[in-house]
Amino acid sequence: MTEPAMRTDDPFAWPFWEGAIAGRLLVQRCGACGSHQFYPRPFCLACEALDPVWVEVCGRGEVWSITTVHVPVFPTLTPPYQVALVTLEEGPRLLAGIEGPPCRIGDAVQVGWRERPDAPPLPVFHRTEM
Amino acid sequence: MKNLPPIYVAGVAETPLGEVRDDNELSMLARATQEALAEAGMRIRDIDGVFVNYMGDEGSVQVAEYLGIVPRYSDTTDLGGAAFEAHVHHAIAAIAAGFCEVALIGYASRQRSRRGRSVSGGSTGASGTPIMHHFERPYGLPTPIGHYALVAARHMHEYGSTRAQLAEIAVAARMWAQRNPKAWVRDPLTVEEVLASRPIAEPLHRLDCCLVTDGGGAAIVTTAARARDAAKRAVRVIGAAESHTQWHISQMPPLTKLPGTRSGPEAFAMAGILPTDVDVFEPYDAFTIGPLLALEDLGFAPRGEGGSFAASGALRPGGRLPSMTSGGGLSYNHPGAFGLMLLIEAVRQVRGEAGERQVPDAKIAVAHGIGGLFSTAATVVLSHD
Repeated sequence: MTEPAMRTDDPFAWPFWEGAIAGRLLVQRCGACGSHQFYPRPFCLACEALDPVWVEVCGRGEVWSITTVHVPVFPTLTPPYQVALVTLEEGPRLLAGIEGPPCRIGDAVQVGWRERPDAPPLPVFHRTEM
Repeated sequence: MKNLPPIYVAGVAETPLGEVRDDNELSMLARATQEALAEAGMRIRDIDGVFVNYMGDEGSVQVAEYLGIVPRYSDTTDLGGAAFEAHVHHAIAAIAAGFCEVALIGYASRQRSRRGRSVSGGSTGASGTPIMHHFERPYGLPTPIGHYALVAARHMHEYGSTRAQLAEIAVAARMWAQRNPKAWVRDPLTVEEVLASRPIAEPLHRLDCCLVTDGGGAAIVTTAARARDAAKRAVRVIGAAESHTQWHISQMPPLTKLPGTRSGPEAFAMAGILPTDVDVFEPYDAFTIGPLLALEDLGFAPRGEGGSFAASGALRPGGRLPSMTSGGGLSYNHPGAFGLMLLIEAVRQVRGEAGERQVPDAKIAVAHGIGGLFSTAATVVLSHD
């Protein structure tokens, strides 16, 4: 199974990838209650107000859970590698790859970008150096 | 069950199991259906409600046509491996409302013979949502084991659960499988062997994972009046409930509590029982972390203590809560969706016909299905009547 090419049929995803191309990690923020959310929806999950707007986040977060993968999933990813759930400082949690030194749950991490040949850069995280 | 007429499982049967070369999925299901109907004292033409999952597009239509029946009621609710417990829940309502009287719940798969499993998730189902495509799939989390691994890792972090505790769940399942002549693997298994098996997605290793086999089954759910003619003793359904939370792992709020925290207590409340009343527990063991969380979600062990509960030997033959008594998905059979086989084993235990693996005096059995990516749960409580 090869890694799927970027699908272009989801207008809700595009602002995120435009941000990624510019090196900015974006999530949605509700204009009414101020809560952040990810992935994108046309309403706020917290208060149900319409049309949350895309805002840049600081890019820092904490490893909420993590696994080290030892089986090949895509030819472009050579095991072992780590995949984590990262809780952003602003609140939303996202699945992401880990680069650099191995991480553990509770580690502070910072976003970086993994270049891809056929798609916008992918947000990945690395341990924040103390 | 308040305000509901008594509902019974009047017949159960497995399809051919293991590596099935001489049948296709529909013929497997037809064989199991006829066997289950024979237990119920019925014929195919008595079925007027069809409840199936994973039987292809318009699955209930395909199954009904193959069986040569024209149902009055049809349900293909897709709660993954928990669908079949949810189907019992739905069948209770449909039968109580008079929408159907004889419900077939069925499933068959040849995923082993067809080599149908892939950790990259394929092009449909889990990986098929646009949200996964954009935001999750590119990271190469193997599906579904990677999701289960993230949950297991968090549970270990929060509560100090250990890999040895998870391994004990695989060992208990294997001890049961050694008592089940239909189990796919019956060799002795030790905690050390589980720990030493190769890592797949840490903390889960090869022997924390279920089998990939062909299999399936059929169950006939019906009224007290229709169950009266059953050739074998019908088993009463005294509780059922279902729920689901997230599809995408990033949306799973606490990671260590599953939708079973809703379906379990609701099914127990409907049945009017407490966890201590349960004689046999059939939790869905696709991966060892599943039963561990089910023990906590359904209240058999306090939150965070599912691991130590299992490690005490409670799930083994002769243990305080005999669980996975068929050998489970880990050692008996796992045809992609195991939920129906949990029900079949629970019925056999309550009937007292489980042979060498029979739990003495089993009066109340619980089948607890989970499905998807730790997404769904459905619980059924069966009683001796």
